[in-house]
Amino acid sequence: MIEVKNIEKSFGDSKVLKGVSTVFETGKTNLIIGQSGSGKTVLLKTLLGIHTPDSGTIEFDGRVYSDLDKDEKRDLRTEIGMVFQGSALFDSMTVEENVAFPLKMFTNNNKAQIKERVDFVLERVNLIDAHKKLPSEISGGMQKRVAIARAIVNNPKYLFCDEPNSGLDPNTSTLIDNLIQEITKEYNITTVINTHDMNSVMEIGENIVFLKKGLKAWQGTKEEIFTTDNEAVVKFVYSSNLFKKVREAYLKG
Amino acid sequence: MLIRYLSQIGKYFLMLKEIFNKQTKWPVMKNLILKEIDDLIIDSLGIVCFISFFIGGVVAIQTALNLTNPLIPKYLIGFATRQSVVLEFAPTFISVIMAGKMGSYITSSIGTMRVTEQIDALEVMGVNSVNYLVFPKIIALLMYPFVIGISMFLGIFGGWMACAYGGFSTGADFIMGAQKDFIPFHITYAFIKTLIFAMLLATIPSFHGYYMKGGALEVGKASTTSFVWTSVCIILFNYILTQLLLG
Repeated sequence: MIEVKNIEKSFGDSKVLKGVSTVFETGKTNLIIGQSGSGKTVLLKTLLGIHTPDSGTIEFDGRVYSDLDKDEKRDLRTEIGMVFQGSALFDSMTVEENVAFPLKMFTNNNKAQIKERVDFVLERVNLIDAHKKLPSEISGGMQKRVAIARAIVNNPKYLFCDEPNSGLDPNTSTLIDNLIQEITKEYNITTVINTHDMNSVMEIGENIVFLKKGLKAWQGTKEEIFTTDNEAVVKFVYSSNLFKKVREAYLKG
Repeated sequence: MLIRYLSQIGKYFLMLKEIFNKQTKWPVMKNLILKEIDDLIIDSLGIVCFISFFIGGVVAIQTALNLTNPLIPKYLIGFATRQSVVLEFAPTFISVIMAGKMGSYITSSIGTMRVTEQIDALEVMGVNSVNYLVFPKIIALLMYPFVIGISMFLGIFGGWMACAYGGFSTGADFIMGAQKDFIPFHITYAFIKTLIFAMLLATIPSFHGYYMKGGALEVGKASTTSFVWTSVCIILFNYILTQLLLG
């Protein structure tokens, strides 16, 4: 579980996070949604330790991040898996080298054990024939799956995904969403996803945090998002006619 | 402006300190070092050999053409070529050329990793990204004096070829001049300079790549800035070291 308490973050005169408090639960797909500029990415990067908050605390299962020393922070990060928006695969390495990277860096496994684990996770994300290919030789959807495989190869306790569906077709997008949800349940991970994609919200939103202008404006589940009367959420989620109709159908039963 | 420069210099020294914190595991680091030796040292040999040979020849021809007084012995061509190549051309000017070749490679490769979030990925995993990216370059560039040694040899050899086959003096005269009044400390001085320049070549372009912000266009700008600053630092250190070691 990740507990965020009153996080504030400014860049120069611009205050991006204005006191966000929330809880991201273990074994659930936690989604951060909101308009562009609402502070989603800054919140995610603050959770990851890429940005340091001006005030407030972040607790990873009771460990207050700001109280940890440099080495303890690095050790905590070995428990984190991250799927970046652009996948962030190492372009000089093959698919299997990318996935094996955290194992080579942080475990004492021998070559055979590393290969076995890499084969297992690549199979888990339905990538069987891409081991020797470079990231530039595979599609965007496959790159995302490699990024997921790399993120989970070291059995992380926390999985962060930044816009995992961006640039993907609806079919691949759904596959990626389902894969993330399955992995979250299977390994009992605390998963936090930053997304714009309303399909993802409807599909896998078990705990949705809606940010508006740097503040948490609403929190609930995908079922509750249909019934909420929070004006900001309704305006944001149901901005398209398709989702308006989905909501109307849901409310009619 | 001054504060900005001082802040950048401070940031550079903090990066140097960070390079030696939390080392990457040796089996991984070993492969990175071998890759950097290939990319930075082996891949530079061709251009270094080409430039050294022809510039050595030009130095010899220019010297010969300026020795119009018949009282000045012809062996002075070999002497002047050796001194120019060993003291300045090989260690300093090859390093300035390498600031363009190696420096832009280092800045653009690290800068691209920054733009495509690969450095963020390393940090999020708990890897000391500065150590992972910069330390292998520093170790690889410990081999840089070998490159300069080759450059010295080829520069003098090029001078000999130009002299002997261009009809400016005999080969024997050139070799006699090249051996005349040889001071072994000049070689030591040249290699001390080379090692300092190697550290500048590894770290300044890395700094510009690592801390760059923006997109593809900024990667190009960072490469140019890194070349300018690496060259400026090489020239400044050249002056300081010459004053300290030979002055």
